[in-house]
Amino acid sequence: MAIWILGTLSEALVVVCIYRRGALRRYFFLSSYMFLSALVSVSRFRVLLHYGGVTSPEYRYFYFYSDAVLTIALFFAVISLFSLVFEEMRIERYLRFAAVLLLAGTAWFSYAIVSQSSARIMTHFAFELSQNLYFVGLALTYVLWGAIVKLRETRTQLIQIVLSLGIYFSAYAATYALSNLAPGLYSYTRFLFPAFGCLLPLTWAYAFWRVPENARLAPARLLEVAQ
Amino acid sequence: MTVALMAVVILAASLAALLQFFGIYCRSLIAASVAQPLSPEIQEVTGITSGAAGPEDFPRVVQLLRLCPDFSNDRQQLSAIRLYFWLVKSARWTLASLLPDVRSWAETQLAQCAYFAAVALDHRVSSSRTALAAQMHDSR
Repeated sequence: MAIWILGTLSEALVVVCIYRRGALRRYFFLSSYMFLSALVSVSRFRVLLHYGGVTSPEYRYFYFYSDAVLTIALFFAVISLFSLVFEEMRIERYLRFAAVLLLAGTAWFSYAIVSQSSARIMTHFAFELSQNLYFVGLALTYVLWGAIVKLRETRTQLIQIVLSLGIYFSAYAATYALSNLAPGLYSYTRFLFPAFGCLLPLTWAYAFWRVPENARLAPARLLEVAQ
Repeated sequence: MTVALMAVVILAASLAALLQFFGIYCRSLIAASVAQPLSPEIQEVTGITSGAAGPEDFPRVVQLLRLCPDFSNDRQQLSAIRLYFWLVKSARWTLASLLPDVRSWAETQLAQCAYFAAVALDHRVSSSRTALAAQMHDSR
């Protein structure tokens, strides 16, 4: 409960911080994702109250379907970060095309895997798509971090946003994979999802609230950090 | 079988990535604090002069941080650095005998964690002073 409140409040805080910094246009996809995430948190709580308990099938269905939607929104937020890092190269159109292609490819791959081995295709598809998108997101964040280091991108705020994403994606992808490998551990892993869910809004709230937009890391320091 | 294999691959790769991203994130937090000078008062209390902290200073500075009220909302970042300190210390303890370079790298990282904590202490002290001054001003 405490984790849930903390997560929802920090999601709302991120949106407020971005708005107060006047960066709503610049970070449109990030703030949209956080807003959607806060909305989903409140809806999940209503479902939880209405159907009683995190182990109820209704809650589990709602959780994983809504998570698939959130993952897609986060995927576009990552792509928008690519646009920020590569903004001087003016390759936004190609990025959008590549993003749609990658999303469609991941969806097709998830469906192909699920259709071989599952009776409840839609439910398993939502679960598999989330797991694979988290993993694709992780790979994209790796590429993004590589681009930041290569292009000597020194904006501290952007660096911390991207690194937080890397932590969040890898933690979530690992938890999903663990749940997939050992469904019997669900009673333990279900606590990990909301706990890791707090990581991203908390670290982003810190980056937008405490780190000035014009703060820079010295290029030498950036290389030291990357090692 | 395919689903299980995919899950194993994803689990292993994700755990490795988690460790790596966490390390880089913590180093980016530390890097932002390294350039900040310490006030003479904090230098005297902690025994750390700017840029010259030692790995053994970290637990002592964390104890001092616990005594200081938190007005600067840096708890999550401090928790991350404490976990990083513990991980690096474990790496030094386990890998240093096999890989000699790890020892010197770990010593530098642990010292930088101590400096990060000292900078956080400095912020907390100045935030507490500001809050106290505002309170006294209001009560007049």
